[in-house]
Amino acid sequence: MNVATAKTAPVAAPHPGDGSVLKEKIAIRNLNFYYGETKALKGVSLPLYANKATAFIGPSGCGKSTLLRVLNRMYDLYPGQRAEGQVLFEGKDILEPGLDLNLLRARIGMVFQKPTPFPMSIYENIAFGIRLYEKLPKSELDGRVEQALQRGALWSEVKDKLSANGLSLSGGQQQRLCIARTVAVRPEVILFDEPCSALDPISTAKIEELIDELKTDYTIVIVTHNMQQAARVSDRTAFMYLGELIEFDETNKIFTSPNDRRTQDYITGRFG
Amino acid sequence: MDASLYASRRRRNVLAAVASYAATFVGLTWLALILGVLFWHGFGGLSLRVFTEMTPPPGAVGGLLNAIVGSLIMTGLALLIGAPIGILAGTYMAEYGRHTYLTSLVRFINDILLSAPSIVVGLFIYYVMVRPMGHFSGIAGAVVLSVLVVPVMVRTTEDMLTLVPDTLREAAASIGLPRSLMIRQIAYRAARSGIITGLLLAIARISGETAPLLFTALNNQFYSTNLNAPMASLPSVIFQFALSPYKDWQDLAWTGALIITLAVLAMSIVARSLTGTRKAS
Amino acid sequence: MVDVAWQETGVDVQDVAERARVLNRLRIGDIVFHRITKTAALLVLMVLGGVIVSLFLGALPALQEFGFGFLTTQSWNPVTDKFGALAPIYGTIVTSLIAMLIAVPFGLMIAMFLTELCPMWLRRPIGIAIELLAGIPSIIYGIWGLFVFAPFLQQYVQPPIIAAFENIPVLSTLFAGPPFGIGILTASLILAIMVLPFITSISRDVFDAVPPVLKEAAYGLGWTQWEVWRYVVLPFTRIGVIGGVMLGLGRALGETMAVTFVIGNAHKISTSLLAPGTTISASIANEFTEAVGDLYTSSLIALGLILFIITFIVLAIARYLLLRINRRIG
Repeated sequence: MNVATAKTAPVAAPHPGDGSVLKEKIAIRNLNFYYGETKALKGVSLPLYANKATAFIGPSGCGKSTLLRVLNRMYDLYPGQRAEGQVLFEGKDILEPGLDLNLLRARIGMVFQKPTPFPMSIYENIAFGIRLYEKLPKSELDGRVEQALQRGALWSEVKDKLSANGLSLSGGQQQRLCIARTVAVRPEVILFDEPCSALDPISTAKIEELIDELKTDYTIVIVTHNMQQAARVSDRTAFMYLGELIEFDETNKIFTSPNDRRTQDYITGRFG
Repeated sequence: MDASLYASRRRRNVLAAVASYAATFVGLTWLALILGVLFWHGFGGLSLRVFTEMTPPPGAVGGLLNAIVGSLIMTGLALLIGAPIGILAGTYMAEYGRHTYLTSLVRFINDILLSAPSIVVGLFIYYVMVRPMGHFSGIAGAVVLSVLVVPVMVRTTEDMLTLVPDTLREAAASIGLPRSLMIRQIAYRAARSGIITGLLLAIARISGETAPLLFTALNNQFYSTNLNAPMASLPSVIFQFALSPYKDWQDLAWTGALIITLAVLAMSIVARSLTGTRKAS
Repeated sequence: MVDVAWQETGVDVQDVAERARVLNRLRIGDIVFHRITKTAALLVLMVLGGVIVSLFLGALPALQEFGFGFLTTQSWNPVTDKFGALAPIYGTIVTSLIAMLIAVPFGLMIAMFLTELCPMWLRRPIGIAIELLAGIPSIIYGIWGLFVFAPFLQQYVQPPIIAAFENIPVLSTLFAGPPFGIGILTASLILAIMVLPFITSISRDVFDAVPPVLKEAAYGLGWTQWEVWRYVVLPFTRIGVIGGVMLGLGRALGETMAVTFVIGNAHKISTSLLAPGTTISASIANEFTEAVGDLYTSSLIALGLILFIITFIVLAIARYLLLRINRRIG
């Protein structure tokens, strides 16, 4: 991976020191994760702070996406995958059996690598999730849909064609639709799984800007293999390697003076 | 390079090519011939009367109305019974039990049912319905056909739902959508055209089925919509009339055959245009 | 089990509680839907179980009466209530084998034409035509056989064949007259025509699945099309082709209407292929509704059981082989 520019860029985004009191929204404690017999995460412990953006970086296969998918227990959809340890969300362990997954996922939203609009109209894509939990009169629902699309920075582009199929939008628009859809359900945490890897640079810039705005209301976790992106959007960065958490610190710190040799090697492009 | 060896290789290649062209030509011509003859004989008898009058006694003029109506009723009922069962079973296999032993077993059994001789299915329904009821009936005919619908629907539903990308399922789960709602509102929608194709293929398959109807619905010379009584159908009328010694009846059999063929072809073409190159197997 | 202890934090207490209530309701729907689909899947198994059990129970009287001899006797006499399945079993197997003997080479050659030789613009139309023909109901083939093909054979084909083979030892028995038109051979030919589109379409699919690099590598060595097909494509897809052929065989064995019209329905094994005979499915179709007496009906159901067992074995092998090739390619 060529990251020659990353060396010099990391401090570009103004990240004022955390003057305010940090609140742990999610605390990961000694987490192990298995795909069948293969151990993919080894004793990961990490706090995720409220209203901050935390980035997971690391080479392919380091477990960063796996870690993300533990946070809303997406892995439960597949047999043979299991997690051990604790993930405390608001102090409550979400790995406990019997937990209501749908409720969990409504509170911890997720945006995926590839845009995944549902096969229905733009309006329905948003309204669908809202209607699940709330019975609203039409006018109020319209308002919520607009609000969500505004939040997804998509409203001005689609307000005249809300009944068009969600799949008719461009890739970047689809991704923003997915963000709006996630926001519409009113989650507390939003997980981003390499949200820009399938997009062009202009769409990427828009999404990054959006993530930055969303921070004021939500706790953000983003997996990315693009180091500039991590530097631009996140406040905290976790570097992972071979299923282990190597280093976790303020983003500035990670990109300017990492403690660990492997972090140093990775961000300077010696491997990855 | 050995020129003579090369020449003999070329010759063999040309020979194979000629054989292949010839096989295709003969095969297609033969099949075209069958359709040609069918159209030739069938079109002659095609008139409004076919759709408005009952099957006649020998020597009289008449149509195929009772047979057409019977076929429509039994086919419709068969879909009503068989399609939901098939779709739900396919849903279980693709969504809930994707890697379970039960799913592999059902898939294997379903594949067997898909190509099992329909006459055997007819015997089965005879044994469990006609015999206990004591008489042939339209409802037994519909049940036989529904048993033939199920495997087609199971197969297409499973295939089509498997094609729905997992990312869509994850996206649905990520907004807290319960599994069943995800399936019904997202996955079914994404797989809709494929499932409709399966439905059309199922109709095409059962609308020409003859053997199992012979001893379930039997036949009926008269117009009847009573499901508890024997019911006419196009295929069984064709069977009976074609084997009869009467010219009028034989002509009607040809016309009936043409109607079925056109209906089946139309259904297959629509099905195909819905999903590009899907095929029935 | 919804956790209400969650909501302390703030976002919107009422909101979370409301969601929990809605989700609880949805969860019941979830469980119900899961159960329903599972029941439907189990129903598929029960249908097959039902077929086996009912055929077995239905066949029991005949099997008890005739025992193993049912499989080995030829006589089929409703008047004396003596039934033996040998003639229909023989007819079923012979007609299917002859049909495959004709349809397989033809089908493979057509599939080769479609995948290797045919100009691109023609491939789709011909492929679609063949798939459409595979879906045409068999009764159409039957009625054509009865009215067109059988008289044609009787008048123009069978007499010269009988004459030509008159003095050749084995062939003179196989093709002994008189020319009925209908009979074992006619049924075999109709069956061959009927399964041809089916075999062609499956073989084409397996041939198409050969990775292009493999063929390109062979062409790169200067191989001819025939050589590539014969020594690369065919070996690579052998298992799949055999699977497809077995599927076709399963179809031919169970085929009823195309055969019933032209087989002649004679419960006797004749050395001549031109003589009338019968198959299992044709016997059932022709006689079932007219069968009087429990033993007669039971004997016909026993025929159905035998047919089911034969086709089950053939189809199981076919599916197994096709599964293997899918795994290899996929």
